Amino acid sequence: MIKAILIFNNQGKPRLSKFYQPHSGDAQQQIIRTTFHLVSKRDENVCNFLEGGLLIGGSDNKLNYRHSATLYFVFCVDSSESELGILDLFQVFMETLDKGFENVCELDLTFHVDKVHNILAEMVMGGMVLETNMSEIDSQNKLEKSEAGLAGSPARAVSAVKNMHLPEIPRNINIGDINIKVPNLPYFK
Amino acid sequence: MALKMVKGSIDRMFDKNLQDLVRGIRNHKEDEAKYISQCIDEIKQELKQDNIAVKANAVCKLTYLQMLGYDISWAAFNIIEVMSASKFTFKRIGYLAASQCFHEGTDVIMLTTNQIRKDLSSPSQYDTGVALTGLSCFVTPDLARDLANDIMTLMSHTKPYIRKKAVLIMYKVFLKYPESLRPAFPRLKEKLEDPDPGVQSAAVNVICELARRNPKNYLSLAPLFFKLMTSSTNNWVLIKIIKLFGALTPLEPRLGKKLIEPLTNLIHSTSAMSLLYECVNTVIAVLISLSSGMPNHSASIQLCVQKLRILIEDSDQNLKYLGLLAMSKILRTHPKSVQSHKDLILQCLDDKDESIRLRALDLLYGMVSKKNLMEIVKRLMTHVDKAEGTTYRDELLTKIIDICSQSNYQYITNFEWYISILVELTRLEGTRHGHLIAAQMLDVAIRVKAIRKFAVSQMSMLLDSAHLVASSTQRNGICEVLYAAAWICGEFSEHLQEPHQTLEAMLRPKVTTLPGHIQAVYVQNVVKLYASILQQQEQAAEPEAAQEVTQLMVERLPQFVQSADLEVQERASCILQLVKHVQKLQGKGVPVAEEVSALFAGELNPVAPKAQKKVPVPEGLDLDAWINEPPSDSESEDEKPKAIFHDEEQRQARHRQPEVDEEELARRREARKQEQANNPFYIKSSPSPQKAPVTAALLSQRYQDAPGVEHIPVVQIDLSVPLKVPGMPMSDQYVKLEEERRHRQRLEKDKKKRRKKKEKEKDKKGKHRRHSSLPTESDEDIAPAQQVDIVTEEMPENALPSDEDDKDPNDPYRALDIDLDKPLADSEKLPIQKHRNAETPKSPEKEDVPVVEKKSKKPKKKEKKHKEKEREKEKKEEKEKKEELAVNAVTAPDNTCEGLRREEAEDENDEAEQDPERKSSRHKKKKHKKEKEERTKDKKKVKKKQPEPEEEAAGPVENGAAEEEPAPPMSSYCLLAENSYIKMTYDIQASLQKDSQVTVSVILENQSSSFLKNMELNVLDSLNAKMARPEGSSVHDGVPVPFQLPPGVSNEAQFVFTIQSIIMAQKLKGTLSFIAKDADGATHEKLDFRLHFSCSSYLVTTPCYSDAFAKLLESGDLSMSSIKVDGISMSFQNLLAKICFHHHFSVVERVDSCASMYSRSIQGHHVCLLVKKGEHSVSVDGKCSDSTLLSNLLEEMKATLAQC
Repeated sequence: MIKAILIFNNQGKPRLSKFYQPHSGDAQQQIIRTTFHLVSKRDENVCNFLEGGLLIGGSDNKLNYRHSATLYFVFCVDSSESELGILDLFQVFMETLDKGFENVCELDLTFHVDKVHNILAEMVMGGMVLETNMSEIDSQNKLEKSEAGLAGSPARAVSAVKNMHLPEIPRNINIGDINIKVPNLPYFK
Repeated sequence: MALKMVKGSIDRMFDKNLQDLVRGIRNHKEDEAKYISQCIDEIKQELKQDNIAVKANAVCKLTYLQMLGYDISWAAFNIIEVMSASKFTFKRIGYLAASQCFHEGTDVIMLTTNQIRKDLSSPSQYDTGVALTGLSCFVTPDLARDLANDIMTLMSHTKPYIRKKAVLIMYKVFLKYPESLRPAFPRLKEKLEDPDPGVQSAAVNVICELARRNPKNYLSLAPLFFKLMTSSTNNWVLIKIIKLFGALTPLEPRLGKKLIEPLTNLIHSTSAMSLLYECVNTVIAVLISLSSGMPNHSASIQLCVQKLRILIEDSDQNLKYLGLLAMSKILRTHPKSVQSHKDLILQCLDDKDESIRLRALDLLYGMVSKKNLMEIVKRLMTHVDKAEGTTYRDELLTKIIDICSQSNYQYITNFEWYISILVELTRLEGTRHGHLIAAQMLDVAIRVKAIRKFAVSQMSMLLDSAHLVASSTQRNGICEVLYAAAWICGEFSEHLQEPHQTLEAMLRPKVTTLPGHIQAVYVQNVVKLYASILQQQEQAAEPEAAQEVTQLMVERLPQFVQSADLEVQERASCILQLVKHVQKLQGKGVPVAEEVSALFAGELNPVAPKAQKKVPVPEGLDLDAWINEPPSDSESEDEKPKAIFHDEEQRQARHRQPEVDEEELARRREARKQEQANNPFYIKSSPSPQKAPVTAALLSQRYQDAPGVEHIPVVQIDLSVPLKVPGMPMSDQYVKLEEERRHRQRLEKDKKKRRKKKEKEKDKKGKHRRHSSLPTESDEDIAPAQQVDIVTEEMPENALPSDEDDKDPNDPYRALDIDLDKPLADSEKLPIQKHRNAETPKSPEKEDVPVVEKKSKKPKKKEKKHKEKEREKEKKEEKEKKEELAVNAVTAPDNTCEGLRREEAEDENDEAEQDPERKSSRHKKKKHKKEKEERTKDKKKVKKKQPEPEEEAAGPVENGAAEEEPAPPMSSYCLLAENSYIKMTYDIQASLQKDSQVTVSVILENQSSSFLKNMELNVLDSLNAKMARPEGSSVHDGVPVPFQLPPGVSNEAQFVFTIQSIIMAQKLKGTLSFIAKDADGATHEKLDFRLHFSCSSYLVTTPCYSDAFAKLLESGDLSMSSIKVDGISMSFQNLLAKICFHHHFSVVERVDSCASMYSRSIQGHHVCLLVKKGEHSVSVDGKCSDSTLLSNLLEEMKATLAQC
């Protein structure tokens, strides 16, 4: 079982949090903070496993994480999941994000959390891996587009206008223009 | 319409959307909280709008704020509104928000039931999908109960997208509503072979999750999984299955044997690292499960170790980590094969990655030996100095202590060295494990007598430099070591070289800054020290010096009297008064030393922390009973003497019990002593536990969290040759001294070896009998003998190895565990149509009981029964073979029996619909939903119900053999005997081929967590019945059971009995003896039973044609007898089935409510029956060639029928 999936950036700001076991709001924030402290301390080129699972309950748990450009992806899993399998799940997740956002970067995740959630929901459900085949994952989009059609257009237009003239746009882009590198993992062929 | 919507959107188009919110927050870094509270106000406004798009937008923003840690539970109702939007995009927002913030405590969650049900049955697969995804996050027991049936239906949805989600969510439903597991399981199993790989993978996932918690119940799926494993190409599925096998093999070693080969092939063939790794892991699990009693699979171990070495040597840190992780599993059972890679593991200790270092540390635990312990610890000590993070350093510290103290200091050859290591560890700054070190110091000083002198000298130095320890790190636990130091110096003060100096160190003003409990120990031990100083000085006739010491005490003690800590204050004032009194006496020139030291006379012995708990309640003692009668209102004087008398009697009764125990203990000890008398390495056992004073128990209790200390035995360690204590080394020079010492030791060892060789040879036998596998090399090697004593000696008599304390009562999977026991049994039997059935008390208790007995035999039975089914078909055409007919007689009525029950179940189904409780809960829902909808829903339900029974009925056929199997009430296995370890059920089979032999099949089920072995069954033969024993053994020898039982496993053993006369039933007394082995050691256990040979068990179901039957009756050489039983409610069909099954008859002919039956005994007696059924009674007329046999048979039959 996957107990929780967290994404936060190098400063520890959460970009996505998904808990598959009930935790109170405060506990969730606490978990995110401690996890960030654990993970951010670690050097590059060390292993991706961390035995700090106690914070999500149970010594059985392990943190599997990946550091990609400005983001940390953390999966807290118990012993029923294969460690290398989870690393490959990272890969699938990132590739799917990459496909969904076209060269995904932190900003995409920041502004479209809902979309990330939707993608994730097709991969992991209730803490169990649902689908690992990328082509299967992003199938909701068509429906989404067709529904948004007429009624959604004014809002889209407005937000396009907003985006066009606001001075902070370039700044935002500067922060996020490092693309998340999608490394190739050899564990799974 | 569309226009209106566009207009609505335009109205609100300047509302912030999620992106605006995020942008806003980024732009208000300084006053983020203020900005957000402003946004929340806006959101509250938006939520008041009627437009669902606006609401959805607001909820979307709330979801983001929830992630940032803001409470959004107040919007729960709005979230539900958005969930019920007709548009998918909005609905999805609603469900996402719900999945992020709903939990069991959310009160409005009740309102979602109907909405979710509607979405689940929506024609759009995405609506259904999103509802399932959402539900998986916030399912509650109520939701699970109400929706389980809908989800069950979805498991057979046409679209695989829905199917896989429905399958996955079932796990959550099971967790919340365990009753649903039984009815849903057959379908879940079906999904293992779903054509869609995604669905298949989901089903594997769920079953793996279930089986991980309770593997026993899923053993029967092993063949199916085996098939999947060899056929599947999906690595995800393969990994899951292989992991599952890893969990199953400990329960079924035969499975492991089968697995080795395909797994080895996979290891060789796969290119996927993840799969390779899991294969290696499972092979290890298999090897562990096989390690007991199986020929060694050294090739497989070598393969694993070799592959793991490749992983560890890999440059990829992940592989390195995992390699070490898996290696530690091998270490537990095959330490030798790991030890050869010591170089690699030691290398990993220097890795820059902490995770890897920690794993390597774990492995070290198993790598140490007497030879390399010092070297390894030395290495670790350098790491301790280098380590930056306190967590890692603490980990190192605990590991050092773990490694050294493992199996009773087995590897420590020089305790002086160990004490110096401990002292060195106290210099660690900021460690949390001061108490661990302290516990070790106490433990070693108490148990290793010979080291006391050295320990005391070190401790006194520690006390002397207490300011160093305490001042810098007082916040952290290191000052705990002073607790140990003070106690050791006080208790063993006779070893102090400069007691006066130590006394002064302990009375320094600085001491008052220490924590209270440490000060208390200081105060107490100051007096001990004082007592011994007095003694010394009085012996040396220096009264002035003695008075000086007293004066010092009187001066310094008041600082403790002023302590804020109660304990310290109380002790200090007591002691101050005492010392003042002593001072007075000294002034008069009275010698006082004798009396003062008498205060502390006697030796303290350690008691295991758990010992007290394990004292069994003596028989006849009721702890809840009043010792005195509760005081009556009118306490007249006449009653008083009575009460006192009563009291005394009680007390005596309580006293007597422990005395008996003590006698037994003494006897045991004597026996052991004799056994070990000629062993020079044996450690003398301690005086009786009664003497062990409370203080020591307290001490060890306080420090019981130290793993090694947990089993402190009531043992004193007495070295046959005392250690030489060299001059006091300063703490800095330990590293050098270590080496010197080692060298010296080696020389010493050699010397001793030569000297002892002869004696050793003599002792060898004795040593081997006690299973101490450790080679004893030197005199200082105290471990081996200890190891054996601990478990048996420290604990009180009769203490059962209870593991209760180890189990977590709050385990969320417990509920599921309990229920998981049933489903397997039931899934093979009678499927239940709907989850609702589980609530009605459907299955009569009768059914449940035999299920358990039956279970163990299932895998075998299945095959057997399958064959029987085929035979049954043949039989319809040609009635030739005897046995087949017998089977028919058993199974045919049985099927009808099941049919009947199925009908019943359906009836109850209807009843369930009218269940008042159910109605009321539905009423609640009605409040929120229109009645119309409700009605349509009900209709739907009815519709849905129709196809279900068919499907379910079809289920068992696929399950294999469920229908053919005799229903549980018909189990012929009955309970033989049972205790907490083992349960025995038995059945007696007779065969026509052997006229004086019956075979007794006994199913032995291990109910404990121990490993049962060396089982032996013995029976006290009677004149008439004898057990067949192997050739050459006497009548008193038992027959060994040809297998061993790991925990939770059952197996069947068969024993042959020779019977002379079969006309009478008889009982044989017998005993099953076995050895129960668990982590704490092995015990010899016995279970007595009575084997009952009924007359029916001598009968063999034999077919008879009606004409032959008629001839037999006409022949006239049969005697006749009859019985009648009243009050029978069972149908005639079932009745006959019962007689056939339990008494081995076959039906010859049946007309309405009258049937003729026939059977034959192994010695050729014919038995004919005519069974007639009246309104509520049954009469049985029997004819048999032996009248005694007949009457006995009829008596037995009467007993059976009486239960109908």
